[in-house]
Amino acid sequence: MIKDEATILPAYKPPKARSLLEPHRLFLMAVFAGIFACAVIYMRWDWLPKYQDRLIAGIWQTLVLLFTTAFFGFLLAVPLGLAQVTGPRPLKWLANGFCTIIRGTPLLLQLWLLYYGLGSLFAQFPEIRQSFMWPYLRQAWPYGFTALMLSFAAYEGEVMRGAFAGVPRGELEAARAFGMGRFTMFRRIWLPRAIQRSLPTLNGETVLQLKSTPLVATITVVDTYAVISKVRQDTFLTYEPLLLLALIYLILTGILVAGFRFLENRIPSRGA
Amino acid sequence: MDLSLLALSPPGWGGVLLAGLFSSLQLAVGGYLLGLVIGIGGASGKLYGGPIVRDLLEVYTTLVRAIPELVLILLLYYAGTDLVNQLMHLLGLPSMDISGLAAGIFVIGVVQGAYSTEVLRGAIKAIPAGEIEAARAYGMSPLLTLRRVTLPAMLPYAVPGLSNLWLIATKDTALLAVVGFSELTLVTRQAAGSTKHYMTFFLAAGALYLAVTLVSNVIIGMIEKRARRGMVREA
Amino acid sequence: MKSILKTVALAALVGVASVGAASAAPIKMGVAAEPYPPFTSPDASGKWVGWEVDLMNAVCAEAKLECEITPIAWDGLIPALTSKKIDTILSSMSITDERLKTIDFSDKYYNTPASLAGPKEASFTADAAGLKDKILGVQVSTIHAEYAQKHFKDAVSEIKEYQTLDEANNDLAAGRLDAVFADAITLDAFLNSEQGKACCDKKGDVADDPAVLGAGIGFGLRKGDDELKGKLNAAIKAIRDNGTYEKFSKNYFDFDVYGK
Repeated sequence: MIKDEATILPAYKPPKARSLLEPHRLFLMAVFAGIFACAVIYMRWDWLPKYQDRLIAGIWQTLVLLFTTAFFGFLLAVPLGLAQVTGPRPLKWLANGFCTIIRGTPLLLQLWLLYYGLGSLFAQFPEIRQSFMWPYLRQAWPYGFTALMLSFAAYEGEVMRGAFAGVPRGELEAARAFGMGRFTMFRRIWLPRAIQRSLPTLNGETVLQLKSTPLVATITVVDTYAVISKVRQDTFLTYEPLLLLALIYLILTGILVAGFRFLENRIPSRGA
Repeated sequence: MDLSLLALSPPGWGGVLLAGLFSSLQLAVGGYLLGLVIGIGGASGKLYGGPIVRDLLEVYTTLVRAIPELVLILLLYYAGTDLVNQLMHLLGLPSMDISGLAAGIFVIGVVQGAYSTEVLRGAIKAIPAGEIEAARAYGMSPLLTLRRVTLPAMLPYAVPGLSNLWLIATKDTALLAVVGFSELTLVTRQAAGSTKHYMTFFLAAGALYLAVTLVSNVIIGMIEKRARRGMVREA
Repeated sequence: MKSILKTVALAALVGVASVGAASAAPIKMGVAAEPYPPFTSPDASGKWVGWEVDLMNAVCAEAKLECEITPIAWDGLIPALTSKKIDTILSSMSITDERLKTIDFSDKYYNTPASLAGPKEASFTADAAGLKDKILGVQVSTIHAEYAQKHFKDAVSEIKEYQTLDEANNDLAAGRLDAVFADAITLDAFLNSEQGKACCDKKGDVADDPAVLGAGIGFGLRKGDDELKGKLNAAIKAIRDNGTYEKFSKNYFDFDVYGK
């Protein structure tokens, strides 16, 4: 295990806002606009109206997956981080082992293990097949959701470990000096401070999570990527649908980054 | 669970899995090194290049980091071959036969390159400016400065980021399963599909990936120790 | 430091060398990288085996071509062909008008009906009425997927599209699908396997629709690659005439897979 905070991917950081009107930039923008116009004019886009509705439904599916898995993943990350910092030995090992295994194997493999491995194992037990859970277990999205959530939890759990460990001793000691109990101290000081310290990484982690979502298309969840795959198969076009797909993700990432920047500006923080 | 399915020689599929692992490692090593080359060029360009070079590199790193690897891989896997051949055609040369491995390395390399650029740029910026100025004052050419001062001095700052990139490279190779490249994840799926023992094979492949990560971590630990020689220990 | 520079230089060299490794190229036959018995599937030693591999060997020997198998994802075969990653598709691909807009085909080398499989305990007919409110699984971008879209879409509750047929079969066995619609021979191979026997049986062939189901299966070719097309067509005809086709087919089927 590398135990550096630097092990977290260099997340996407927006470039500093410099003037967009420098002459070379205007030139570059003209070139890109030209390429874009050529792509619009000379490539085939007549399929677009036919798939418009499905595409919007796919984007919605992607976003729902992204936000639910990030939210629940974060909830799971807090105990994972805490267990690694102060938990009793077995719990510590368990949390650490979980993070190592999830972070040490490809998400695609985890996804297939859950869906094709575990999913078909479930079917062999009549108790499960007759239970109220079966209508859900039959579908693909619970597996996609679980895999994505566990992955987010493991990566963010690593961050939370650092965040819990990094809360200055003095603050905790001050809390104790005020006569706070262990639990009150955790609830009032340690947890909020750790979450505050982990917030800057959330931006990057969420973008990474967005980039992981298309993998669920390989287990028949119909997200943005799956809709575009369908277009590719129906039209036999290689590049146009993929370029549109790239553009969609680019825009989604842009919105995410801008949204987080807006939130960060609203939450007052002194350089953690 | 039927472990005889994992035997190294047929009818066990162990040999196939190991061959897949070997392809994955080839891809990871090749892609990682190509990424480093791109990264060194990209970082130098971003720090010392003209305004146009800088902006173009910014576009490259932004695009790669904002678009899912899976989409990039699909685009580059087909487009890469096409572009090279059209280029060859323009130059009046016969079209080239690009192996799946070369295309795979290219794809992983381009993705890694963007992240390498950022890691290396950060590391170079962490070098005290005086050291580079001193090298210039000695009359070293930019290339010599890069080789003798910048690269060695930035290494300790770059190692954590670069080792993380290596771990990502090993896992990103799994995405090539989606284009049908016979690396570990795809051969695992084929073996699982042929024998219908999904759990056995996916767990085995998971163990192999995990082993790669753990061995890498040990080696990275040693490299980090060595790279930090003579540096003030962080509190 | 030097060692790092050396590694970097070496990497650049390896990169260039592996790209430049062009040789007197054998014909690259694109095979879907998935188990598709009895036509093409990887065996435990990593080799591709099956009826289509035997066919390829016979055709290539007849046409005096050097052929090699290149596995590509099923839904990537046509892009790989048009972007010259492969030269021919050898993957049980049916000759349809829709595909002919993008690529070319050799003459057919086999033809089989399409049929439906479902769980043993369920009984239904192989038509839209029988599939009412069921979840149907097909492989993406196959004639079966298109047929399902055209004839079953309004009846079924959902059509699930899988990257490989093998996964659809697995989901049928796992109870996630109520029916799988695919090529009759391949479905037989699944239904005769241990997993298939335990769970499922055949519900019957569907009514033919030549516009969708096409006119048999041929080698997929790039448009304008007429030289290769001529050679393959001549070789297919030759092995049909001289009995080679019948000989290796006997190892797999007890009927004439060439069809009408």
